[in-house]
Amino acid sequence: MILSILVNEGPYTHQASDSAYQFAAAALAKGHEIFRVFFYHDGVNNGTRLTTPPQDDRNIVSRWSKLGEEHKLDLVVCVAAAQRRGIVDEGEARRNGKDATNLAPGFRISGLGQLIEAGIQSDRTVTFGD
Amino acid sequence: MTTKKFMIVNRKAPYGTVYALESLEVVLIGAAFEQDVSLAFMDDGVYQLKKGHQTKGIGMKAFEKTYGALEDYDVTKLYVDQESMAARGLTPEDLCVPVEMMPRADLGKLMEDQDVVLSF
Repeated sequence: MILSILVNEGPYTHQASDSAYQFAAAALAKGHEIFRVFFYHDGVNNGTRLTTPPQDDRNIVSRWSKLGEEHKLDLVVCVAAAQRRGIVDEGEARRNGKDATNLAPGFRISGLGQLIEAGIQSDRTVTFGD
Repeated sequence: MTTKKFMIVNRKAPYGTVYALESLEVVLIGAAFEQDVSLAFMDDGVYQLKKGHQTKGIGMKAFEKTYGALEDYDVTKLYVDQESMAARGLTPEDLCVPVEMMPRADLGKLMEDQDVVLSF
């Protein structure tokens, strides 16, 4: 089955962020295809490479990056939600005159159209949120 | 482009969290992609449509007018959950746009007919 995943909550604050990852990993292990993971609302905070959890805790951000690299996942952070919350890649930094970037490896920033397209292209779109 | 039935389910009050505001953006983009978009309002989500948002005191932008503009994007299917309305003492006359009020069970059937349900 072709799946897409919508992540609406931030890391470490809300179970949705962990559950989305665990669902994605389990679906891939079962041989399903993931068309896209879309990060919206506070979910965009799953894509900052500056996250530094204590050493004995899971690293939610690098966990996504690793899963993304292993399975060639399309990890998309919503641009409008990212701008509000200070998630920045090089293009956004240039456009908005920011002096730093923080988007984690394997993620990209794009528009909400990517969520609609994911809904169109996937057999199921699964939301993880409050 | 393939057209699918998208239902955006709104369950949160309009202010206090950002869900209502950011979810409206999904509705508008879905319409721009010429999808068959409908909205359902339930739980505190019915407050999103309450007439007369006054947000000056909380320093936030009021977005009540966006609901009125949905028609311009051919988004005309707005459903509200009857039980949620009754629990909050609301009737359709209290709302800023025309809606179809339906019992929760019927709303559930409508959700079953959708291709994509996005809940916020």
